[in-house]
Amino acid sequence: MNLFWEGYAWPTIVIVAQIIAMIVPLLVAVAYLTYAERKVIAAMQMRKGPNVVGPFGLLQPLADGVKLLFKETILPAGANRVVFILAPVLTFSLAMVAWSVIPVDEGWAIADINVGILFLFAISSLGVYGVIMAGWASNSKYPFLGALRSAAQMVSYEVSMGFVIITVLLCVGSLNLTDIVLAQRNVWFCVPLLPMFVIFFISTLAETNRAPFDLPEGESELVAGYFVEYSAMAFALFFLGEYANMILMSGMTTILFLGGWLPPLGFAPFTWIPGPIWFFAKVALVLFLFLWVRATFPRYRYDQLMRLGWKVFLPFSLLWVVVTAGALLAFGWLPK
Amino acid sequence: MAFVERAAKGLLLTELISGMWLTLRYFFRPKVTLNYPYEKGPISPRFRGEHALRRYPNGEERCIACKLCEAICPALAITIEAEPRADGSRRTTRYDIDMTKCIYCGLCQEACPVDAIVEGPNFEFAAETREELFFNKAKLLANGDRWEYELAKAIEADAPYR
Amino acid sequence: MIVQALAFYLFAAIMVASAVMVISSRNPVHSVLFLILAFFNAAGLFVLLGAEFLAMILVVVYVGAVAVLFLFVVMMLDVNIAELRHGFLQYLPIGALIGLILLVELGMVAGAWVISPGAGAAAHLPIPPPDQVTNTAALGHVLYDHYVYLFQSAGLILLVAMVGAIVLTLRQREGVRRQSIARQISRRRDEAIEVKDVTSGSGV
Repeated sequence: MNLFWEGYAWPTIVIVAQIIAMIVPLLVAVAYLTYAERKVIAAMQMRKGPNVVGPFGLLQPLADGVKLLFKETILPAGANRVVFILAPVLTFSLAMVAWSVIPVDEGWAIADINVGILFLFAISSLGVYGVIMAGWASNSKYPFLGALRSAAQMVSYEVSMGFVIITVLLCVGSLNLTDIVLAQRNVWFCVPLLPMFVIFFISTLAETNRAPFDLPEGESELVAGYFVEYSAMAFALFFLGEYANMILMSGMTTILFLGGWLPPLGFAPFTWIPGPIWFFAKVALVLFLFLWVRATFPRYRYDQLMRLGWKVFLPFSLLWVVVTAGALLAFGWLPK
Repeated sequence: MAFVERAAKGLLLTELISGMWLTLRYFFRPKVTLNYPYEKGPISPRFRGEHALRRYPNGEERCIACKLCEAICPALAITIEAEPRADGSRRTTRYDIDMTKCIYCGLCQEACPVDAIVEGPNFEFAAETREELFFNKAKLLANGDRWEYELAKAIEADAPYR
Repeated sequence: MIVQALAFYLFAAIMVASAVMVISSRNPVHSVLFLILAFFNAAGLFVLLGAEFLAMILVVVYVGAVAVLFLFVVMMLDVNIAELRHGFLQYLPIGALIGLILLVELGMVAGAWVISPGAGAAAHLPIPPPDQVTNTAALGHVLYDHYVYLFQSAGLILLVAMVGAIVLTLRQREGVRRQSIARQISRRRDEAIEVKDVTSGSGV
């Protein structure tokens, strides 16, 4: 009995508690990210944004959620039912699963695994399945076109993202996310690896299907792309997944380039503020950048998108991997 | 030299950054939003909103059933039937406007010789059923009574330009 | 230990079941989706073995890229099942032969294990035990120290294959108008527009 309690039951409870402690704030953050998006873009267009529901419109995300919850889920007659329902569930759960390895502070990760960065990369590369499955299962033209676009787009930009990650790994010498953050004690990687930081950020925009790379859902040409046929909670799951992915990618950017939970300068007034707050502040900054970009740039044309991915980012990031590796080797800066 | 300059510009993303700088400046500008249900924008005296049938100050209805509005209505939204009243004056027995057909062109009020049918300043008359938008004479006269002050002012303000 | 065993049986059972579904499901898209599930469970088995690097690479490469292309092609093609079934009996002998060879080879692997347990150790590489070095580093040492030439030549062969594929599909067509972004954005105001003083009524 004691063995059962200490060996299985208690760890299970701890893990479930950790998962809840991670996911609940995440869902709240997702809800308020939609609110922030509407507010930020409104401000940049000299509008006010939602301001009626609750003080400053702060209850608007809740109202939207309740509205979606009470709507009818429509299954199109020609749809492939299982895949149609599986797609949003997959998108949403993948966006949640990836958070299991994100360290919010030293040791504050649910699973601090050795290959954390690869895990994140693997999960983010799986995100494309939700989109493809949704597009195919809807059995309709616009979703299918959106799915095809996004499949090609996400696979293309993953390649250059992979090279960016390799550059960072060269400087760290470990695949563990905690090690990656700790390697930035002296200087954040966004300073020496600035070009890679820019490429990574732009690739994350493409990876999360955000403007200006929102071709898969381009509302002005494909209506809403792969989730045209979705309604109610299925749509909400896609929506939540997409925004959770944005937060995840911001978290990844923070860990790889902005020094995770480390304060910007290692002395008194900065070190008073605890790590998680720095982490969230940085994530919020990157998210603001996401919204800012959306408010600024028009949508890319598809061939331009492919050109940028394969003819600009891929050679450039490849070159930079070689340059970084050469510099590390030549000056003897290799880790360990 | 021009090539180097262009390449440097491209690599440093100067155009993207200047675009983002522009949006950032707009971020802090004062907002132009009108808080609609609580605040409303100014309306011209010529604004063409909900229709109304006006009365003379003594309470007699202005409409003389000349049917000019019915004739000119491009959307065929107006239906009028008329009979002499007991005192021998010519008056409408029926004056319907189908507001779902109306295109708010204002030709009816242009055509009216006695300023009876007018389009008032009210634009908030959305309804939940179609039937509520089939206005009859009683509804139009009620509108006229309700908005008379504004209607008179608008006509007065616009009079010098007619 | 029990949890690990349970996880192993779970992954293995789902993997075998989905592998069966790959070849037995009627819809080719479902086949690919089951293939992805099989990959995923294989990754799970790798993690149970302590080979987390391989597991993640399996997911990134096979699930994240290769299977996407599979799915892409299968979705675009209008696969006619009846037509595919048409030649089923014709190809059955060859398919059965390949299956048989695979079975025999699998049997040989297992048999070698039973007959001479030391055979595996003879080919064993000097890898430090897993608790001293992460398996990423161990793999790196094997690939880049012991087998660096083989590894590089494998890379070269892949490069040649890629170049070959591109050469086969590349075709130069005459008279195609292409957009040159560099030329477009290098246009300046003075070469693009000209201000003329036009007297009224005379035209340009």
